[in-house]
Amino acid sequence: MSKVKIKQSILARLIPRLTSLTKKGPSGWMAILGIIILSALVIMTVIAPWIRPHDPIKTGVGPIRAPPSSQFPMGTNHLGQDMLSRILCGGSIMLQISTLSVLVCFLIGVPLGLFSSYVGGIFDRACSLVIDAIYAFPGLVIAIAIAAMLGPGVVNMALSIAVVYIPSYFRIVRSQVLSIKELTYVEAARASGAKWHTIVFRYIFPNVIPSIVVVATINFADAVLTAAGLTFIGLGVTKDVPDWGWDLTDGRALLSSGTWWVITFPGIMIILLALGFTLIEEGLSELLNPKLQR
Amino acid sequence: MSEIVKVEHLKKYFPVQKSFLEQLFARKMSYVKAVDDITFSVKRGEIFTLAGESGCGKTTTGRLIIRLLEPTVGEIYFNGADITKLKGEKLRLLRRKMQIIFQDPYASLNPRMKIVDAVGHPLEIHDLAKGKEKKEIVLEVLEKVGLTPPEQFTNLHPHQLSGGQRQRVALARSIIFNPEFIVADEPVSMIDVSLRTALIDLMLNLRKDLGLTYLFITHDLAVAKYISDRIAIMYLGKIVEMSNKESLFLNPMHPYTQALLSAIPIPNPERKRKRIELTGEVPSAINIPQGCRFHSRCPYKRDECSKKEPRITEVEKEHFVACHFIKS
Repeated sequence: MSKVKIKQSILARLIPRLTSLTKKGPSGWMAILGIIILSALVIMTVIAPWIRPHDPIKTGVGPIRAPPSSQFPMGTNHLGQDMLSRILCGGSIMLQISTLSVLVCFLIGVPLGLFSSYVGGIFDRACSLVIDAIYAFPGLVIAIAIAAMLGPGVVNMALSIAVVYIPSYFRIVRSQVLSIKELTYVEAARASGAKWHTIVFRYIFPNVIPSIVVVATINFADAVLTAAGLTFIGLGVTKDVPDWGWDLTDGRALLSSGTWWVITFPGIMIILLALGFTLIEEGLSELLNPKLQR
Repeated sequence: MSEIVKVEHLKKYFPVQKSFLEQLFARKMSYVKAVDDITFSVKRGEIFTLAGESGCGKTTTGRLIIRLLEPTVGEIYFNGADITKLKGEKLRLLRRKMQIIFQDPYASLNPRMKIVDAVGHPLEIHDLAKGKEKKEIVLEVLEKVGLTPPEQFTNLHPHQLSGGQRQRVALARSIIFNPEFIVADEPVSMIDVSLRTALIDLMLNLRKDLGLTYLFITHDLAVAKYISDRIAIMYLGKIVEMSNKESLFLNPMHPYTQALLSAIPIPNPERKRKRIELTGEVPSAINIPQGCRFHSRCPYKRDECSKKEPRITEVEKEHFVACHFIKS
């Protein structure tokens, strides 16, 4: 099959699924609204270099701390940078960090959970103990500690956020596997001579995916907020990259002088991004959980 | 007739889960004695039924024989060879010869697998067939279990089928290797009553066509009467009476068997029969009563019963009973 054909078949499958979401009541609409918000933000970030009116890191493109006007719709900050351009471009870091951290969480948390609970015994106990210890810390505190250790940068931020959320993947997967591995279709697979990896990947893993998807979406939302928090206290990316987190930090200092627009717009963007992921999660978790289906 | 499966002094004790503190202070581990020293054999081509109340160990016995559980003590022979300690590749080869059907058709099929994969995946596991070849075998087997036309079923998911159809799919999966021996663990108890006979008849036909031997596990004596050649009645992990069907139903000797048989409803309001009602609950399999394990509920019990455990003896030809007061 050629690449174009594959793309077409994916689209052909996806579109009816999306439209069928609308028929599933409020949770379907929630998921759709979330998908719309999220894709709007992603598209905005991707095409930002072509639509931004000014260079987001060039200082002095306008007067200092100019309030929103027709020339600078979101005003300018204390360095005379155009806020609209910064808002348009600033999502890229957030999206990179959240995607990367979710990926790392997924790649570590899911196999660990699968393996640990399928094998059981002492290995499972040891894993659970370590994971629970991480889980006991407040998320932001442990992220700050690790980010401070690793230093700034996109990858380091993603890693420190990942450590916070690996436990939620591990625990969800583990509890699911514990119940699935007692089901008779797993026993039937054993009775027909399947090896352990066949059982784990063909019989157990596919049945855990719905729960993982739900955890991943909420994890995205949390990662966005944690990333914003890390940047806010100065553990984020360097200042020569436009980032909503930095604008928050600057905006807070400027707020006392009545410059409300520097903090408001990046704040709204972060809320929107987190809201998009949360809506998707809320919608999906109700749609994928057969017990909640009406 | 030769013996296909023989079980000798089979025991399965499950350790009782305890908290850490209890483990420190308890002197002895306690066990659920699910199967407690049973011996029987299944002859080639027959349908041997294990019957008894829930919790009597019949399902555990089935799983022990199929090697899904490791026995605590005892030996299992298949075609004369000891398979109790079989491991690795040899065990995998054995899996092709003995299969199992489970009670709950809603839990025995992977919800994420299409029927063609659910039935045919064992072939892939054993590198016997793939792709088109696999599909052809699956079509053939689906037809054998009465899912016709088979092409209509291959691409469905389990949730699109009814309970009876799912159980047929499970049956198809179990016969895909052309096994010699199948453990049927209450295969019809969760099926709608109107479909039970059809499924049982299907199993009987398959036995004829494929030369199968069944170990049939059930709590329903009416079903046992319909399908079996020989029956063993289990109580709290032990066989209390074992005989061919005619002799057991005409001349039940053990008080427990008599009570069970008297509880089968007769579909005729004119006929009345005296029911033997047992008092009390089945004792816990952790604290099995001393002596005869049935004495706490037995209407005929005497002093001897609570002291000495009766051994299972051949009272008549091919009719075994474990009771102090029944002698040949």
